[in-house]
Amino acid sequence: MTTARPATPAPPSVPPSQRVSQARVVRSEWTKLRSQPSTAWSLLVTVVSIVGFGVLYCLLRVARPPDNPASLATFDPTAVSLTGVQLAAIAVGVLGVLLVAGEYATGLIRTSFTAVPRRLPVLWGKAVVFALTTLVVCLPVTVVAFLVGQSILSEKHLDIALGHPGVARAVLGSALYLVAIGLLGLGLGALLRSTAGAVAALLGLLFGPQLLVGLLPASLSDQLYRYLPVPAGAAVANVRPDPVILSPWTGFGLFCCYTGLVLGLAAWRLGRGDA
Amino acid sequence: MIEARGLTKRYGDKLAVDDLTFAVRPGVVTGFLGPNGAGKSTTMRMILGLDVPTRGSVTVNGRPYRDHAAPLREVGALLDARSVHPARSARNHLLALAQTSGIPRSRVDEVVEAVGLASVARKRAGGFSLGMGQRLGIAAALLGDPGTVILDEPVNGLDTEGIRWIRSLLRDLAAEGRTVFVSSHLMSEMAMTAQHLIVIGRGRLIADSGTEELIARAAPGVVRVRSTDPEALAALLRSRDVTVSRDGEGALAVSGLSTDEVGRAAGAAGITLLELTAQQASLEEAFVDMTRDAVEFRAPSQKGAQP
Repeated sequence: MTTARPATPAPPSVPPSQRVSQARVVRSEWTKLRSQPSTAWSLLVTVVSIVGFGVLYCLLRVARPPDNPASLATFDPTAVSLTGVQLAAIAVGVLGVLLVAGEYATGLIRTSFTAVPRRLPVLWGKAVVFALTTLVVCLPVTVVAFLVGQSILSEKHLDIALGHPGVARAVLGSALYLVAIGLLGLGLGALLRSTAGAVAALLGLLFGPQLLVGLLPASLSDQLYRYLPVPAGAAVANVRPDPVILSPWTGFGLFCCYTGLVLGLAAWRLGRGDA
Repeated sequence: MIEARGLTKRYGDKLAVDDLTFAVRPGVVTGFLGPNGAGKSTTMRMILGLDVPTRGSVTVNGRPYRDHAAPLREVGALLDARSVHPARSARNHLLALAQTSGIPRSRVDEVVEAVGLASVARKRAGGFSLGMGQRLGIAAALLGDPGTVILDEPVNGLDTEGIRWIRSLLRDLAAEGRTVFVSSHLMSEMAMTAQHLIVIGRGRLIADSGTEELIARAAPGVVRVRSTDPEALAALLRSRDVTVSRDGEGALAVSGLSTDEVGRAAGAAGITLLELTAQQASLEEAFVDMTRDAVEFRAPSQKGAQP
């Protein structure tokens, strides 16, 4: 303020202790996340899906082990024990959607934006809190699912060690993949501002492209398949080299780009126009 | 201090707010009055930086709301009492808000106590009645001890005790030198609460003046007088500024004179008065008259109805 305003005294400069900051918005978003029951429920579903389906599928494979060398060669014990991750992805993604679209549904978003009128810190605050929470919950759970799964598979000597090349990366990568799916849901929720619309878009993005590409001639579909969101993202959990899909970190990186694109569009829409 | 200059908001081809210019000053309660759909909420959202004006601008304490580093400490707002996560407790709702601006937990407990929600602060806000929701919204508005308070229809859903509480709260806030801006579609409510009124209809400014002045202008008083000789009295009182009409029971309705003036005139002429009453035209009627051409939603009236 360089010009004096006789009618309105210039607002006194605000001491840092009272300013809105990104760190404070993160704290606020943590309070919101932990104080809504849907968080606990979604994460419980996530945990049960990862461990439960992993155990179930491992028991199934032990009951019907691969019976010829060809199927034994393609048998991936890591993937078998982490089967539940694909189902958990839906729970995490939907929770991501709810975190933002839910605030639009109740009108709470307006209150949030009157407290943080620059708006974007709210989106980033939600993203940081949700990503960390998902990682902290999902990483131990994927490790447990892997270990329990391998102990089941060991009965028929189908198991693999965590120290085997690529296995630890697959376990960690599965947790990271869930975090990225959650952020994709969060971005869709912020972009579309409607729970139903964003959940539909999320499921569409996760499952739709594979269905569409499947309609194309095989030569073309094999080319495109690897770049689709789920095949790209799930590549990070792949232990056996597979020519049809991208290498683990390349695939996951591509998935993160998709998520980043959606979050970027959401931020662009959030920053301008009416709340 | 809230200042709007040429504030305009267009949604598609509908002009919700049309070139509003006004100032809301500190120290008094300013009522923001208009029929439903007049653009009150839209204007308030623009003040709070939630909606972007199509044209014009609005500032709070000299700068746009978005440019305030600590907005909750500058402006407290209640827009919609149902804007809470239904499963979150009132206390956590307020705590999350407080944390954005480094407002301490103790202040959360303070405002919860002040609005009378202490006993239910840990219960899910979704189970609150509309009145309790309004109290929670007001608690949120007071959280940062702001110099400006903006409340959209705060008495909606409140019982008589709650309405009295709001009235005295608003007056106290204004008496402390704060800027208090309160919307309502009820003129009678505003007449009791606000010292200054800004009236809009169809997004346009209709009036911006002191409440008493506005009432005097919009709803001029009528003196009802019965006498032993109404004909003579009517002839006596009638002048360029005074209209006299007879009602069915032989009483006269005199506008333009006070009861004192009618009584003195009658006394001087030796006419015996049987009744002399000052009658205030209904505020709601005056408000309806004032905004008649600016009502958006109206049931078809006898004369306006199309076959």
